[in-house]
Amino acid sequence: MTTLTLKESPTVPLEAETLAPDVIAPLRHDAIAALPVFLGKRQRRLDDFFTIEGDGSDELEVRGDLGRVKWIGRGMTRGKITIVGNAGMHLGAYMKGGTIEVRGNASDWVGAEMTGGLIHVHGDAGGQIGAAYRGSLSGMNGGIILVEGSAGIEIGMRMRRGIIAVKGPVRDFAGLQMKGGTLFLLGGAELRTGAWMIRGTIVCLKPIALLPTFSYACTYDPVFLRLYGRRLEELGFSIPYQPDAGGYRRYSGDAAVPGKGEILVWKPQVA
Amino acid sequence: MLRITGGKVYDPANNINGQIKDICISDGRIVSEVEGGRTIDATGMIVFPGGVDVHTHVAGAALNFARAMIPEDHRRNAPYVRGERHRGGIGGATPTTYVTGYLYAGMGWTTVNEAAVPILSARHTHEELRDTPIVDKSCCVLLANNEILLDLLEAGETERARHVAAWQIWAAKAYGVKAVNPGGVAAWKWGKDAKGLYEPVPGYNKVTPAKIIAALASIVDDLGLPHPLHLHCNNLGAPGNYNTTLETMKVLEGKRAHLAHLQYHAYGGDDWFTMRSKSAEVADYFNAHPNLTTDAGAVLFGNTVTITADGPWQHLLYKLTGRKWGNLDVENETGCGIVPYVYKEKNLVNAVQWAVGLELLLLINDPWRVFLTTDHPNGAAFWRYPEIIQLLMDVNFRREQLKKLAPKALKRILLPELDRQYTLSEIAVITSAGPARALGLAHKGHLGIGADADVAIFNDSKDIARMFAYPRYVIKGGEVVIEEGEIRKAVEGRGYVVRPVYDEKIEDYIRPLFQQYYTMSFDNYPVELERLENPDIRSC
Repeated sequence: MTTLTLKESPTVPLEAETLAPDVIAPLRHDAIAALPVFLGKRQRRLDDFFTIEGDGSDELEVRGDLGRVKWIGRGMTRGKITIVGNAGMHLGAYMKGGTIEVRGNASDWVGAEMTGGLIHVHGDAGGQIGAAYRGSLSGMNGGIILVEGSAGIEIGMRMRRGIIAVKGPVRDFAGLQMKGGTLFLLGGAELRTGAWMIRGTIVCLKPIALLPTFSYACTYDPVFLRLYGRRLEELGFSIPYQPDAGGYRRYSGDAAVPGKGEILVWKPQVA
Repeated sequence: MLRITGGKVYDPANNINGQIKDICISDGRIVSEVEGGRTIDATGMIVFPGGVDVHTHVAGAALNFARAMIPEDHRRNAPYVRGERHRGGIGGATPTTYVTGYLYAGMGWTTVNEAAVPILSARHTHEELRDTPIVDKSCCVLLANNEILLDLLEAGETERARHVAAWQIWAAKAYGVKAVNPGGVAAWKWGKDAKGLYEPVPGYNKVTPAKIIAALASIVDDLGLPHPLHLHCNNLGAPGNYNTTLETMKVLEGKRAHLAHLQYHAYGGDDWFTMRSKSAEVADYFNAHPNLTTDAGAVLFGNTVTITADGPWQHLLYKLTGRKWGNLDVENETGCGIVPYVYKEKNLVNAVQWAVGLELLLLINDPWRVFLTTDHPNGAAFWRYPEIIQLLMDVNFRREQLKKLAPKALKRILLPELDRQYTLSEIAVITSAGPARALGLAHKGHLGIGADADVAIFNDSKDIARMFAYPRYVIKGGEVVIEEGEIRKAVEGRGYVVRPVYDEKIEDYIRPLFQQYYTMSFDNYPVELERLENPDIRSC
């Protein structure tokens, strides 16, 4: 285990993509201390900002309010990062494997364009989770992002594969231009959910306002949700999938694109 | 003062083919002898005149629009971090202005011709060219869809059209005249295109694409411009378009013209499923007509972005790809479309395009009339030229690459049958001597006494792509700008312009039309000469 403790929150954002097991694991303590980070446009050493304990390992624990520390776990392929505190923007962006756990809040662009691995945020997250960066054709292409709290706008924007599950409410444009993958909105969503979605599934457990370009298809009990439900239960998220509990109202769209996506809205059995 | 000694010199314009010879430089020119000064020992190296790009898109509103449209491409490419002698920027499909200059020079190219400039955005183009260091620059102004000119052709006023065109060339501070899809871009404003050379352009009764082509080629010849009409033919990219290209060449009989990116104009077949190479037919006709020059517009597989004034074609490409699309309307002058694109080896259409570019370079006998371009960034970014040089010089490498294509594609192309290999001397022709001559830049593209001291020195190596990608030394205007893979000095380039003769009273004709139809004030329209860093006005 390598432990890094933030000395004090930087005044401008610190870009620390070297905070990843792939970079740190093979290094001795001195080499970790000398890793480059960027404070604004200036290159500095990692130990200018962090107190580092231990040699490199696949398990990193980062402590402190890292709300201004960006790009933690960028492109990581293995190992685990535990953040005890908040995390800054672009956490786990381009991630390919491994696990990131945040015992605090995360910011925007969590897991943007990731292709594998697991990110678990215990607090709230910002917008554009698992999204495509500006201009890119597709966002998240695999992996799982779990958020226990709320999330911001445009989550899962242009995502192609993978799972995003949010327990709290999310804001506008969830699943914007979505191309595939599955979005679980356990706490409902604000406006324009699934706008321009081409394919993919949005599962919402609370009633939501739908765009007029989504049309009702049927109420049913999709078999695949039982599989997803069991997997999510292992991860501490539960969705109803027992047939006697109720059903899902399926809305297909977005007809404006036109798309073949679906929004499944949970409708409990009325006793 | 500088002496390059011991290198094998390839200077085809002066019939020097690999002889070991000293090149002496003084005051930015090649001279017969110098005493003192620095000596570069080029033993084991080859010495070329600096490269000249006859057709590229490196500056202006359209290119900037493309830059804005592809942030994902900027992210894919490593940034150029500012150094002591150079500024920062990004590379990729549409490098930033400074990096464009560094990349061209870093490859041994020292002159570029920006091939498509609307008068309305010429000021922007010159501002960007000013920020493109090291290389000398010229640009061609888009006139084939200019409504003031088309109205004059409709009315049969060819004499006045000539004066208007001459005024417009000077207003844009251009060096040559470009015609893009003549009539087609004007028609696009009504959602139409001009596909038939002899059919009236929508909105006109008498004006046809053939008439526009013939009129502009005559105007350029009558004005005595150093570079002939620079023509992007109708029906670019469409299967079966080789007929249009052959017809266009017939229209041009007896007139000078440069056919841009011929690769995009040499396809047979009836649709995308039957598209095939017709490079042999196009090359045969071309070979027999010495009034014409052309550039390859070759395609390389990979990511790029397509930019052209040919709005209707870009709309079609957008419909085909389902990707991003940008469309610009330039008032009464032209338009522009932008579509990011990926050329894929396994895609039949792309495979044919890749082959046709190389086939034309191999089938056109006279290297003095066909030049190396990718229609940057349309076919590939210019910094990939060394890959094309390798494909031209090494038939075995070419055969290896052919194996990557789908077997079906091989039946639609001629490339597997062609075993011509370019010599170093021929490479010097298609990359430098030929385009310099076509542009009418007598002091470029050769290493004779009095020529501009633009020299590229490469290792003499078997790894062709690498040796041309990393010159040992690049000298621009007598200054060593690249050495040991580093930028030593980012000199400023010159801007070539022509001042054709016109009747000053023509302004009285243009001004009222302008005030009626344009959104900008007439007095703000012409580009001031001061906008150019080092203007060099060529006689004509």
